[in-house]
Amino acid sequence: MFADYSSTELMSIFAMQGFAGLSLFSVFVLMAMGLAIIFGQMGVINMAHGEFMILGAYTTYLTSQFFQNVIPELFAASFFFAMVLAFLVSGALGAFIEWAMVRHLYRRPLDTLLATWGLSLILQQAYRSIFGAREVGVDLPDWMMGAFNVTDFVQLPINGLFVMVIALSIALAVYLLMYRSGWGKKVRAVVQNRPMAEAVGINTAGVDRATFALGCGIAGVAGSAFTMIGSTGPSSGQAYIVDTFLVVVFGGAQSLIGTIVSAFGISQAQSTMEFFLSGSMAKVLTLLVVVGILMLRPEGLMALKVRR
Amino acid sequence: MKTNSPLQWLTSREGIYYLLLALLLLVVLPLTLDAFRLNMVGKYLTYAFAAIGLVMCWGKAGILSLGQGVFFGLGGYCMAMFLKLEASTPEATSNQSTPGIPDFMDWNQITELPGFWQPFHSFSFTLIAVIAVPVLLAFIIGVAMFKRRVGGVYFAIITQAIAAILTILIIGQQGLTGGVNGITDLQTLMGWNIRTDAAKTTLYFVCVGLLFVSLLVARQVQNAKLGRILVAMRDQETRVRFSGYDVASFKVFVFCLAAGLAGIGGALFTLQVGFMSPSFVGIVPSIEMVVFCALGGRYSLLGGVYGALLVNAAKSGFSESFPELWPYAMGALFIGVVLAFPNGLAGLYERYIMPLEKRLPVIGKYLDKDSPEPQAPPVVSDQLSAEKS
Repeated sequence: MFADYSSTELMSIFAMQGFAGLSLFSVFVLMAMGLAIIFGQMGVINMAHGEFMILGAYTTYLTSQFFQNVIPELFAASFFFAMVLAFLVSGALGAFIEWAMVRHLYRRPLDTLLATWGLSLILQQAYRSIFGAREVGVDLPDWMMGAFNVTDFVQLPINGLFVMVIALSIALAVYLLMYRSGWGKKVRAVVQNRPMAEAVGINTAGVDRATFALGCGIAGVAGSAFTMIGSTGPSSGQAYIVDTFLVVVFGGAQSLIGTIVSAFGISQAQSTMEFFLSGSMAKVLTLLVVVGILMLRPEGLMALKVRR
Repeated sequence: MKTNSPLQWLTSREGIYYLLLALLLLVVLPLTLDAFRLNMVGKYLTYAFAAIGLVMCWGKAGILSLGQGVFFGLGGYCMAMFLKLEASTPEATSNQSTPGIPDFMDWNQITELPGFWQPFHSFSFTLIAVIAVPVLLAFIIGVAMFKRRVGGVYFAIITQAIAAILTILIIGQQGLTGGVNGITDLQTLMGWNIRTDAAKTTLYFVCVGLLFVSLLVARQVQNAKLGRILVAMRDQETRVRFSGYDVASFKVFVFCLAAGLAGIGGALFTLQVGFMSPSFVGIVPSIEMVVFCALGGRYSLLGGVYGALLVNAAKSGFSESFPELWPYAMGALFIGVVLAFPNGLAGLYERYIMPLEKRLPVIGKYLDKDSPEPQAPPVVSDQLSAEKS
C-alpha cells in the first residue's frame, strides 16, 4: 500500500496523519484521565463518563453563548471561564451521583456498570430534551483560529495544539495530585486498604466522594476542550466510551503513564491506518489488535507485578 | 431435586411454574392476541434465549458478558444469509448486473458471491452454523481470557469492545454484509413463505417449543453437579480451584452455552422479523439483554423469560405513545434493578408473593405440602470479596 506514494509524500502523509492522531490522542488522554482516577484508582466502572464529558461541553456552549451575547469584549477569554465552570458543574453532579448511587455499590463493581449505564441513558435523553437532538458547535475566538505552516504539506491548527496543551497539563496535574500530594496519598491508602485507612483516621467516605467528583470534573474539562475541535451532540459521549475504557485497560488500570502511552499508541495507529484503509477498517484493526494484546497480557502495558 | 419421573416433576412447585409459563405462551397469548401482536411476542421471546444464557453465565457463574448481542447477531446473520441466498435466485434478481447474488452485493459492485457465503446455500449447514459460529467465537474468547484468569470487569469491558468491533465491521463491509441496513427482504424458508400470518404463528410456536427445550437444558445443567460447581465458582473461585477443579474450563463451558442459546435466539429472530441488521448486534442491544436478565432475576431461568417479555413489551408500549420517555424509563430500570431489588422479579416474588400462596384455598395447602425447595435464598454475592480472595 505504500508503493503508490513517493517518499516525500509518505513523509508528509505520516506527519499529517500523525498530527491528526495527536488530536485524537488529546481526546483520549482527556477522557482517560478522569476514568483512570475513577476506574483505575477506585475500581468503579463509570459508563456515564462520556455523559459527564458532554455536560462539560454543553456548559462551555452555554458559557460562550453568554459571553457572546452579554460581554462580547471578553469573549476571547471565555474558554478559560468555561473550563472552570465545566469542572465545577460536572464535579458537582459527580459528587451527587456518588452520594445517591455509587457509594451503595462499591462492593459490586459489575452492578455499578449497569447502574451507571442507566444513568447515561437518562442523561443522554435529558440533553436531547434540553438542547435538541442536533449537534451544537461553539464559535472559536480569533486567537484560536488559523494554523502554523510547518512545511508546505504540514499545517498545525492552533486549536488542536491548544487542546493538546490542555490534555498534557491535566495529565501532569493529575499525576502531581495523585502521587505528590497528601490528598493523593489518602486516596491511594483508601484504595489499597480501606479498613486500615479508616483506622488511621482518614474519612474514607469523604475521600471516595471527592475522588469520584474529581474524576467527573476532569471529564467536564475534557468535554470543554472537546468543543474546540468538534461539535457536541447528546450521544457524542457514548461514541468514545469503549475506546476510552480500552485505553485505560490497555495501559494498565493503575498506571497513569501507561494510560498516556496507550492513548498515544492507539490514536496514532488508528490515525495512520485511516489514511490507507477506510476509517471503519482502521478502527476495527486497531481495536482487534488492542483486544488481542489484552488477551495475551491482561494486566495491560504497564502494571505492577502481582501474583495472580 | 429428589423427583425422578417427569410427571412427579410437573406436579412439584417448580413444575407448576413451568406449566404456568407454558399455559401463558401456548394458550393465553395465542387466544387473546392477533397475529401481529403474537409475532411481536415471538420477537420478544427470541431475546429470552439470550436472557436464559445470561442467567446461566452471569447469575449462576458470575461472568458478566456485555457481548451477548454479538452471539445473537451471529446466529441471526447465519440464518439471514441462508434466507437471502434463497431469495436471490437468478430469476428473482434478473434485473441486476450480476443475477443470482444478493441485491446489496450488486449495489456495491460485487460480481461474485464471496467464499464465506457459499456454504449457506445448504440448510443443514446453516442450522449447524447458527449454533456453531457463536459457540466457536465464545470458545476462542473464553479460552483466551479465562485460561489467563481474566474475569470480572475486564471481561465485561473486553466483550463490550468485541460487540463494538463486530458492529463497525458489519457496517463497514457493506458489500459483504449489507452494511447499516443489514440483510433485508427475506421471503421464504425452503420454499415456505415466512411472510404470511399463518407462517408467523407457526414460527411463534416453534420459538416457544425451542424456548422450553432451552429452559430444560439450562435447568438440567443448573441442577447437575456442574451447576453447583458454577455457583461455587461464582462465590469462592479460589476455593473451587484449590479443590482441584479446572475453573477456566467450567467458565468456558458456561460462556459457550450462553453464546449458543443467544445464537438460537438470533436465528429465530431473523425468521420471525424477516431481516437482520447491525442494530441488534452492538453495545446497546447487548447491554439491554443484561437488563432483561437482571429484571427477571439474575438467578432465575424463568425470571429471564419474564424479564425479556416485560421489558420489550414496555419498550414497544412506550415507543408507541411516548418515545421520548422510554430512555428515562429504561435508565430508571437499570438503576432501580441494581439498587433496589438486585434479585429482580424472581426475588420480589419469593419474598412477597410466596408467603401469600399458603393462604390460597386449595392450591395453597397443596403447594405448602409440596414444600418450598430447601435452597438458601439467593443474595447478590459480594463480587469484590470473591475476586480478591
